[in-house]
Amino acid sequence: MSARTIFTRPARLAAIAPYLWMVLFFLVPFLFVLKISLSQTAIAQPPYTPLFDVSEGWETTKAAFAALSFDNFRLLVSDDLYVLSYLRSLMVAAISTSILLVIGYPIAYGMARLPQRWQAVAMMLVIVPFWTSFLIRIYAWINILQHDGLLNQILLALHVVSAPVVWLSTDSAMYLGIVYSYLPFMILPLYATLSKMDPALLEAANDLGASPRQAFWRVTFPLSLPGVGAGVLLCFIPIVGEFVIPDLLAGSDSLMIGQTLWLEFFTNKDWPVASAVAAILLILLIVPLLFYDRLQRRQLEQT
Amino acid sequence: MTDDISNPARGADSKPEAPATFGMPLLRIDSVVKRFGKFRAVDALSLDIHAGEFFALLGPSGCGKTTLLRMLAGFETPDEGRILLNGEDIAQIPPHQRPVNMMFQNYALFPHLNVRDNIEFGLKRAQMPSSEIAARVTEMVALVKLDGLEKRKPDQLSGGQRQRVALARSLARRPQLLLLDEPLAALDKKLRESTQLELMELQRRLGLTFIIVTHDQAEAMTVAGRIGVMDAGRLEQVAAPRELYEAPRSRWIAEFVGDINLIEGKLDTSEEPRPTMARRLAIATAQAGTIYVAEPRQPFTRTNLCVAIRPEKVKLSRRPPVSDDTRAINRLEGVVTDVSYLGGITSYKIKLDNGAVLRSSMANTARLDLDAYSPSQRVVAWFSPEDCVVLEQ
Repeated sequence: MSARTIFTRPARLAAIAPYLWMVLFFLVPFLFVLKISLSQTAIAQPPYTPLFDVSEGWETTKAAFAALSFDNFRLLVSDDLYVLSYLRSLMVAAISTSILLVIGYPIAYGMARLPQRWQAVAMMLVIVPFWTSFLIRIYAWINILQHDGLLNQILLALHVVSAPVVWLSTDSAMYLGIVYSYLPFMILPLYATLSKMDPALLEAANDLGASPRQAFWRVTFPLSLPGVGAGVLLCFIPIVGEFVIPDLLAGSDSLMIGQTLWLEFFTNKDWPVASAVAAILLILLIVPLLFYDRLQRRQLEQT
Repeated sequence: MTDDISNPARGADSKPEAPATFGMPLLRIDSVVKRFGKFRAVDALSLDIHAGEFFALLGPSGCGKTTLLRMLAGFETPDEGRILLNGEDIAQIPPHQRPVNMMFQNYALFPHLNVRDNIEFGLKRAQMPSSEIAARVTEMVALVKLDGLEKRKPDQLSGGQRQRVALARSLARRPQLLLLDEPLAALDKKLRESTQLELMELQRRLGLTFIIVTHDQAEAMTVAGRIGVMDAGRLEQVAAPRELYEAPRSRWIAEFVGDINLIEGKLDTSEEPRPTMARRLAIATAQAGTIYVAEPRQPFTRTNLCVAIRPEKVKLSRRPPVSDDTRAINRLEGVVTDVSYLGGITSYKIKLDNGAVLRSSMANTARLDLDAYSPSQRVVAWFSPEDCVVLEQ
């Protein structure tokens, strides 16, 4: 029996629904962006040429295609500003994700080992910050970190420092904000894999002569790798494109790619370059996703 | 309780298969207590197990048998008492430092490691040279007949194969004591029975000491040389399978192990023993009249007694057996109420005229049984005094 025949009509509809969603709300908009990235800026509304106008006939459409160029992409590669911006984004994302993993793993591990009823409470505590707007929480950090903010007041009162320390508009403040905001996205997938794990496996490892530390590195950690992968991707990808946190907490001397994109789009009104920035960002982010997907598929094939 | 493997008060059939008792026992459990809150999961339990024994811990769920096993493995620490392995108290030693291994109920195979790596796991932790590890793994794979499957992951194996990997993994370190926690519970009946025999074979060949926890009586009786029956954190009886079945120490044991008919009564001293017979005691029961039993070697201390007789020792016949047959001195008349044909045996329920319901099972020794009884048929149920066990209560 072929796989197709076992699906009834509603089941087949349900199966294509996610693809339909992806086509309508991701692929089509992305094609628009891609098209704009191949256009030229113009002082017009919208601010780029050429525009497609199928109503004017086949010839004009063909001419519009011919007018498309890769100039914007050439610019992105040749100008340090963009390359450095991409590199900084990837570096910030890599450092933040590493910090998130180092902080999130022990928290998730501890949660998974709590008595059942306390696990629900811990889960609530992780999720509770989501009840407040993300922007408000970042502004709260500005309040805490500013010159006469809570942090400096406490440090001065405890005589740890003699003069207020500059926290705001530094990379440290940005990393703090990123780690604070993304921690639940790291903890939840890790907790999901760790809490599913059979405690008998650890007992078996102990029984076979592994100390608790060896049992962790030989059994718990390798078995939690799918959760590590999910948590890392869930954090890394949005952090690369992060705009709000670096804009509000970091200094202005170097920009992440999200900020560069914003500048091109709103300040320079250069939609084609902004679109090219977005297109390359997407391609950069698809690479780790495909890699992860292949890893998972290989695991599935083994079973 | 520990030394009480022979039971003088019981019938002639109860000679225990005593283990080799010379020297120190391999394992001595000495008044061990384990509490969970107020609940005493293991209650002042003592037990000796000798090297080379195959010992079964049998009991209903929640009786403490698994807790006891986990204390031997080191996953639980006793609140009181000592656990001596070769004379050394291991009660406080963590599991990874004990020369004891365990085979887990659901095998607990490492899903990310293949068969070879699973078996190797314990050897690597023991920091054995790699050439020796390779040799040992090969030996173990051959021992449990898993050749050719070394590269498979646990989820690519059948239930029976997984059971073998778990066994090989727990045996690889050559533990002084192997603990088996319901090792065959996940297998189907046929496979379970053949695996029981292989397990016995293996234990005998390797000369190791096995302690198995099970709730399956047939399994315990098949594999073990001695069985400890636990209830409410205590050992009710420790005995060889035959003694456990034929000479249960208490009413609880009698009812827990196998099927049994229990008839309550009192010692009847007015009845004069007839001179022609061996020493008999008469027990007056309300529901089955007077029942004659063999005189115990020690006199009863209580007057409320309970006569216990296994169904296969109750014979049925249409007419009373020949009167001078002393084995048929107990004759109870009644009506067959239930007949269950089970293949090898047929099981009958007989409602006695005095009120008791008696079960009798008869082996179907011939293909055509012209003697089978049918419901509402009047029969005589008879049994020998020697086949009765008298329990005080």
